[in-house]
Amino acid sequence: MPEENGGNGGKKTGLLDKIQGDAKALKQVVQDKAKADLQTYKEPEKTQVFRSIFRVSHDDTPRSRALSVLTNVFFHLHPAKVNRDAVRYSFTWGMGGITFYLFIVLTFTGVMLMFYYHPTKVQAYRDILYLHHDVPFGQLLRNMHRWAAHMMIMTVWLHTLRVFLSGSYKKPREFNWCVGVILMVLTLLLSFTGYLLPDDQLGFWAVTVGTNMARATPLLGHEGPGGPQLGMTPFNDVRFALLGGSIVDANALLRAYIWHCIAIPLIASIFMGVHFWRVRKDGGISGPAPVMLESEIKEEKGPRPVIMKPSGIR
Amino acid sequence: MWGDWHQLWEIMSTPDNVPIVAMLFLVPFYLWYWHRQAVATDGLITQLEADPALAKTHHRKVFPWKQGWDREVHTWPYLMRVEFLAAIIITVILMIWAITLNAPLEEPANPNLTMNPAKAPWYFLGLQEMLVYFDPWIAGVIMPTIIIVGLMVIPYIDENPLGNGYYTYKQRKFAIWTYLIGYVFLWMVMIAIGTIIRGPGWGWFWPTQTWDHNRLVFEVNRDLHTLFGIHNRLIAGIFGGVVVLLYFVVAGYCVHLICTANSFTRKIYKRMSLFQIVTMNLLLVLMISLPVKIALRLLLRIKYVWVTPWFNV
Ligand code: HEM
Repeated sequence: MPEENGGNGGKKTGLLDKIQGDAKALKQVVQDKAKADLQTYKEPEKTQVFRSIFRVSHDDTPRSRALSVLTNVFFHLHPAKVNRDAVRYSFTWGMGGITFYLFIVLTFTGVMLMFYYHPTKVQAYRDILYLHHDVPFGQLLRNMHRWAAHMMIMTVWLHTLRVFLSGSYKKPREFNWCVGVILMVLTLLLSFTGYLLPDDQLGFWAVTVGTNMARATPLLGHEGPGGPQLGMTPFNDVRFALLGGSIVDANALLRAYIWHCIAIPLIASIFMGVHFWRVRKDGGISGPAPVMLESEIKEEKGPRPVIMKPSGIR
Repeated sequence: MWGDWHQLWEIMSTPDNVPIVAMLFLVPFYLWYWHRQAVATDGLITQLEADPALAKTHHRKVFPWKQGWDREVHTWPYLMRVEFLAAIIITVILMIWAITLNAPLEEPANPNLTMNPAKAPWYFLGLQEMLVYFDPWIAGVIMPTIIIVGLMVIPYIDENPLGNGYYTYKQRKFAIWTYLIGYVFLWMVMIAIGTIIRGPGWGWFWPTQTWDHNRLVFEVNRDLHTLFGIHNRLIAGIFGGVVVLLYFVVAGYCVHLICTANSFTRKIYKRMSLFQIVTMNLLLVLMISLPVKIALRLLLRIKYVWVTPWFNV
């Protein structure tokens, strides 16, 4: 057959030849392009997609290292460079960072739990049983959420201890210490509001004991000094406001849920934002700093130093 | 019954008590870790103080440093790899913890069935323990407020410029003692007592002592004024007020004496404004009131120092 076709000669075969030729050329082009593409896939950091996401060349120069930190929204919490001794575990004990990491873990596991939980007297306890027995990995999820919460309290207290012992609350970091104290209180409140949510005996009595103290708030509680004189009763005092009632019941459950899942996490996130921002603006991590000697204390306190110099202002 | 190890194990292994049991080890560990570094730094400080020429040239850290080394390193990778590693380690610890111990779930909430003992979550047991010694409005409201405000005030009353950003003991003895007494004894130990020692009826049960739900304690607590034979309520009220005032004056003076005990603390004292001094003094006096009240209760069985129709102290 090939011979016959070839034998017919002339213009009739011209079209076929053309197609054949084109096909050959196309094959060549596709091969070349594919080769070129394969070449780029060997270096994905040179692709347009990669470059559009990470807009820094991926090489081992100081400039790129710095830029890879500064141009990433998650990494830019960090400065490009840090005190060479501050990366040692011995100084920060990693406690602030671990606290933050646990907060993220808690947010993640917490949102997962929210898919299964109804904050009502009828459902809440059953939802926990459901999590334990029917939801795949439900028990593990609940365990992780609870233990991460406990761990966060432990690390926040150890963080406070290290910040105190390294004298990091001193000038110019006074304010950030105060932000930290508020964060610690918020952490405790987060954990406490969550304690009621399983709606079991443990949470019920813990919250009863806890909020009973609010009865005794001076002036604002119906059993506190000055409270009765100001007209406080079990039905209008500060405890009533916390529980949405005079006993720990359905309203208290709903309030605890909203504080726990929405209000306090939001407030805490805002304070954390301020906290991290101030760590940077106060000049980065405080140490390990060169030691100062007693003989170098200036007698006069002098004017307080300017803490922040935004760029462009002299 | 004594020697009840099962009782102790039950308390220590209750999943919700794991954190405080862990803290019993973690806090001493980190204090040791701090102290080790503080001793090293203090050694360097002594050396530099003795040798002014060296002080001019030394890089003033206990860490090694050579001429020509960068004082800073790149965040990527030197810091971030540590952070990633920490995240992985914490995740592993959390996973192991979550696989081995289940979060507790008791019977459904039942207002008619009181839990005995009804305990707050472990991190609030220090406050609950305080309820033994103070009325709820002090233990539950005033004390927490003072703790929060007191913590926030620390940077504004500590006028000692030394020890900023490095671990030292020598240069900040007063601040460190004050803080550690509060942190360890008035907070952590109180929590540990609330968790491990307190049993039914909030009674005191030594470790390995069986919880006795029927134990009756014949504690005859008295108010201070009855010790002085005062029975008129008005006079008792005035008497209590005077005693409390007297406590503030005497304790305040003692704090003052401690603050001016040596030439270094006097130097720092001089830098403080009157407002700073008064604030610090007041906060310390309030802080000491807890151990004082505990001592009064345990040694003299005194319930209230000051009784009025509206509140008791
Ligand atoms: C939710 C709670 C908190 C989070 C997530 C958090 C996070 C952090 C992080 C990541 C740092 C950087 C250095 C480090 O890791 O040590 C830091 C530093 C700092 N934190 Fe916190 N923190 C929290 C609570 C607190 C508390 C309770 C205090 C004090 C009472 C505090 C006071 C400070 C101060 C003063 C610094 C600067 C330390 C320095 O420059 O050496 N923070 N925090």
